[in-house]
Amino acid sequence: MTSCYVVHEAPVRRVAIFGGTHGNELSGVFLVKHWQENGAEIQRTGLEVRPFITNPRAVKKCTRYIDCDLNRVFDPDNLGRQITEDIPYEVRRAQEINHVFGPKDSNDAYDLIFDLHNTTSNMGGTLILENSRNNFTIQMFHYIKNALAPECCPVFLIEHPNLKYATTRSIAKHPVGVEVGPQPQGVLRADILDKMRKIIKHGLDFVHIFNEGKEFPPCTIEIYKIMEKVDYPRNKNGEITAVIHPSLQDQDWQPLNNGDPIFLTIDGETINYEGDSTVYPTFVNEAAYYEKKQAFVKTVKVKLNAKGIRSSLS
Amino acid sequence: MAASCRLKPLSCVAVSGGTHGNEMSGIFLAKHWLRNPMELRRGSFAVTPFLGNPRAIEKCVRYVGRDLNRTFTTEFLSSTEAEDEPYEVVRAREINQTYGPKGSAQAFDFMFDLHNTTANMGACLIVDSEESLLPMHMCHYIQTHYTRSPCPIYLYKLPGEETYSINSVAKAGLTLELGPQPQQVVRADLFTQMRDLMACALDFIELFNKGTVFPAFEIEAYKITGRMDYPRYSDGEISAMVHPKLQDKDFLPLNPGDPIFQTFSGEEILYEGNTTIYPAFINEAAYYEKKVAFAKMEKHMFSIPGLQRE
Repeated sequence: MTSCYVVHEAPVRRVAIFGGTHGNELSGVFLVKHWQENGAEIQRTGLEVRPFITNPRAVKKCTRYIDCDLNRVFDPDNLGRQITEDIPYEVRRAQEINHVFGPKDSNDAYDLIFDLHNTTSNMGGTLILENSRNNFTIQMFHYIKNALAPECCPVFLIEHPNLKYATTRSIAKHPVGVEVGPQPQGVLRADILDKMRKIIKHGLDFVHIFNEGKEFPPCTIEIYKIMEKVDYPRNKNGEITAVIHPSLQDQDWQPLNNGDPIFLTIDGETINYEGDSTVYPTFVNEAAYYEKKQAFVKTVKVKLNAKGIRSSLS
Repeated sequence: MAASCRLKPLSCVAVSGGTHGNEMSGIFLAKHWLRNPMELRRGSFAVTPFLGNPRAIEKCVRYVGRDLNRTFTTEFLSSTEAEDEPYEVVRAREINQTYGPKGSAQAFDFMFDLHNTTANMGACLIVDSEESLLPMHMCHYIQTHYTRSPCPIYLYKLPGEETYSINSVAKAGLTLELGPQPQQVVRADLFTQMRDLMACALDFIELFNKGTVFPAFEIEAYKITGRMDYPRYSDGEISAMVHPKLQDKDFLPLNPGDPIFQTFSGEEILYEGNTTIYPAFINEAAYYEKKVAFAKMEKHMFSIPGLQRE
């Protein structure tokens, strides 16, 4: 029986798992390489799951990127740019990836892409959502959160007029970011890899169950919606003059209230948060974000609803 | 009981931050001290701060051409200038000229070197060998006066191996190795800890210079015996990770039969040595390319003779 609150969604047949979008975020690199040799674990009947290394040159050098951040260049301008001699490596690579797994915004694009990342921030196993109206993805996240409970699985919504960025996974109809930390760049921790592996397992289980015809009733999940980036205090030469305060360090997803310390200067002075309401910081002290002028990101807690879904072929 | 040894007071002391350009505690401290040298002054001496590898610091990488902290051997220091030599070889010769020459009477009396590691090594003090009397006394002083956390001592020189580190240019040296901290990240807690440890070390030098008699003592230290690489496939790629039971267990006993690696298929690889060892630098990011998953050490108790100034 279907209710008017249930949406028929196309079955999900073509799935990709991306590792090495940033070449020094090793959990995804090694999981994808392992699955390329031994893919039994990621196979499910009725769907094709393709593990893929997105930035092989950066992976070889164990660096985030060669010329520019691959995870920022999947916008229409870069995807449509003419290939010349001096085009950045990652832009050329983005066009290749778009050709194989896209084209972005077309019917031929892959149904679902999991993009595997690590962070130096204490974010645990975070799921990144791009679109607040994507019922399928929200239902998947609901499923994964329940499967991993009581372990926490925060959901981070990056939908924002200015702050949303054009990710590698955005070429798929259902893009899913998997961000697990804390792990230093260039380091492979068994516990972090295991957490990422479990998230993928439950994600693929969900797809399989959905394709088999199960109806998922309407659901609500608590998510953290991006509001604003906060940079480090800097002097007139652009140099950082204060670091993340010990009270904020490692406190991703914990409430930050007006008057709470956020930065500590070299002279031992505390700089406090000044805001009207409680926010939930994340990406606190992420190594790669010093150059992006981001000490942490402010989010607000929001309840997000998804309609019920059922595969349209069942 | 051995008689007290007498050494000259220290007058020329230096501290390097950023010998590795992505180990941020020392870089931040050195930059601060370059703007505010007063913090490094004591009554009887002053410390000269400098940035070990400025080009690597600018790019926020460990090194540009080759690891600066492996370049202070005779081979590199006495090599003639060449067009295509790595930047770090040129830089090593500059540092040797300013703070050395290594092994000569003109060399600086003491050099501190500030490092971070991704391994869970806490506030580790690195000395070349237990025979370096002044650094061992300094470590003992730090251990008894900085009590916020343990400060394990790591003796890094293997028998027969030539010293290669930046502070081997000076007559004596001490490396502060603080972790865990990711590369390119500044953690306030470690930065403060490094600063406090330096203050403690400088207090020791001041007391020594002023004539304090430091009696003999017994001290526990970890001496390196070898290094263990990751299991690898034939193409050189690693085939297993540091086991979750070994991860973060620096300076804790590793017994024969304990798990050390876990393959991507979940199999355990066990330690096959004959005796208990103590691992350090477990899962240090920079050591994947050096083929080191962890360093193996033995725990020793050393008797250190007394010390006072001449």
